[in-house]
Amino acid sequence: MKRDETAVRYESFEIEQREWKQRQTKERLKQMLTIASPLFLLLLWEFMSRTGMIDIRFFPPPSAIVNTFCGMISSGEMASHIGVSLYRIFVGFLAGVIPGIIVGLLMGLYSPIRHFVSPIVMALMPIPTLALLPIMIILFGIGDLSKVVTIAGSVFFPVVINTAAGVINIDSIYLDVAKNYGAGRVNFFLKIALPGAMPVMLEGIQMGQAIALLTIVAAEMMGATSGIGYLIWTSYKAFLLQEMYVGLILISFFGYLFSLLLRGIQKKILPWR
Amino acid sequence: MERKTKIEIHNLTKAFYKKQGSVTALDDISFTIGDGEFVCLVGPSGCGKTTLLRILAGLEQPSIGVFTIANDGEERPLQSMVFQERGIIPWLTVEENVAFGLKMRHMPKKIVKERTTYYLKKTGLEKFSSLYPKELSGGMKQRVSIARAFANDPEILLMDEPFAALDEQNKFILQEELLSIWSETGKTVLFITHSIDEALLLSDRILLMSSQPGRIIEEIIVDMPRPRKMEDIREDPVMAGRFIDIWKHLQEEVQRSRREDE
Repeated sequence: MKRDETAVRYESFEIEQREWKQRQTKERLKQMLTIASPLFLLLLWEFMSRTGMIDIRFFPPPSAIVNTFCGMISSGEMASHIGVSLYRIFVGFLAGVIPGIIVGLLMGLYSPIRHFVSPIVMALMPIPTLALLPIMIILFGIGDLSKVVTIAGSVFFPVVINTAAGVINIDSIYLDVAKNYGAGRVNFFLKIALPGAMPVMLEGIQMGQAIALLTIVAAEMMGATSGIGYLIWTSYKAFLLQEMYVGLILISFFGYLFSLLLRGIQKKILPWR
Repeated sequence: MERKTKIEIHNLTKAFYKKQGSVTALDDISFTIGDGEFVCLVGPSGCGKTTLLRILAGLEQPSIGVFTIANDGEERPLQSMVFQERGIIPWLTVEENVAFGLKMRHMPKKIVKERTTYYLKKTGLEKFSSLYPKELSGGMKQRVSIARAFANDPEILLMDEPFAALDEQNKFILQEELLSIWSETGKTVLFITHSIDEALLLSDRILLMSSQPGRIIEEIIVDMPRPRKMEDIREDPVMAGRFIDIWKHLQEEVQRSRREDE
């Protein structure tokens, strides 16, 4: 009797173990798929380009692009373009995010400010900052400043709107708790408003980051003498499509890297979610 | 058993003004609660009991009338509230939640630590002190809420149906835990519930409320000796009679307000 019982129990563990292993295999398979999809695309591209199924002049094979990339790195030309663009993105991003957070918090915390500022924000938001680029160049020259200002302008709006929304949408019960337990102004801001608004605010910053990358390329295409966007544009004009593709791939790479970075930061500062 | 008066409410009226038909939520409410008394306010939902509690908690202003909460002259807050289920703050850990009131009042660090640790232990939350609320069960969350209120050491405690969202078993456990902490501290408690069982188990006195307009319609003294257990309440014929009594009152109230609605 007793032996039977243990036998049954042992068997049930075995079954569970088998199923667990199956689940593990499935998980690994899914990971493989995630890695395989870009590789597959590249291989397909390479194949079609080499066999002439697509025009090699417009779609050079990835291997040739990688070759060009390596050449550009060793000549030192690459590093300066990347450095210039990253600098502009970084400074422009901060110059948009920081005032965005401040104005957004003020709008969220004080409803008179919100009512006064929000029509201005709403009216300015639909204007593409890139359309203002010619004026920016006249005002700030063709150096870094005009790009930085353009990026800052594009990043500012999603951050402002999300920060204000984050504060406004804090569940009113937490406001009651703060009031009932006698939270003063400073504590209310630090312990309730800021952390409560943080998740939505970070979504806005994430959006701002994506917009910063879109903006830098376009901004550097017009009136610039360096940067990834300049590289793309001049390569295109000289019909050096391999160089152009290097620029595009760089943008895609940095976009992916930045969003991974921000996700990581998000996890770090929102452990409670 | 003469007690000192702790809470005194005089002709409290609260109306809500809306364009389509105003509502009198509380109509001329007057009562007193003695020091150390546990009073339950029972009424059908929408009878204004939460409004009354929110006024006492300083979260809303009465339209007419006044109330006073006796202050012993020490540096204590007048009241602390135990909120319904979602009342603990998700971005603070269990420990930070319990310490919340003390920190907001800028108490010395040593006292904050001492009291927080004491009530974490009391409520069995020590092991969970560094966790965030999302990792806690509903019962544990309400323990945090109770510990936060007691740690704040207020003159009176206000509780707004703190156990309404819990399952039966958990509810009984928490009710008994609450009674044990309460009897140790001797705090004055005003507790809102719509559960008659809960009111009979917890309170020295039950105030029954009618709905729209909210009035106190009946006062029931619960003189059963403490410590009480749910089993005792269920077995006791006197308590069973009281249960039926309150039940009928509430039934009548609900029927009446339904008729008026139609």
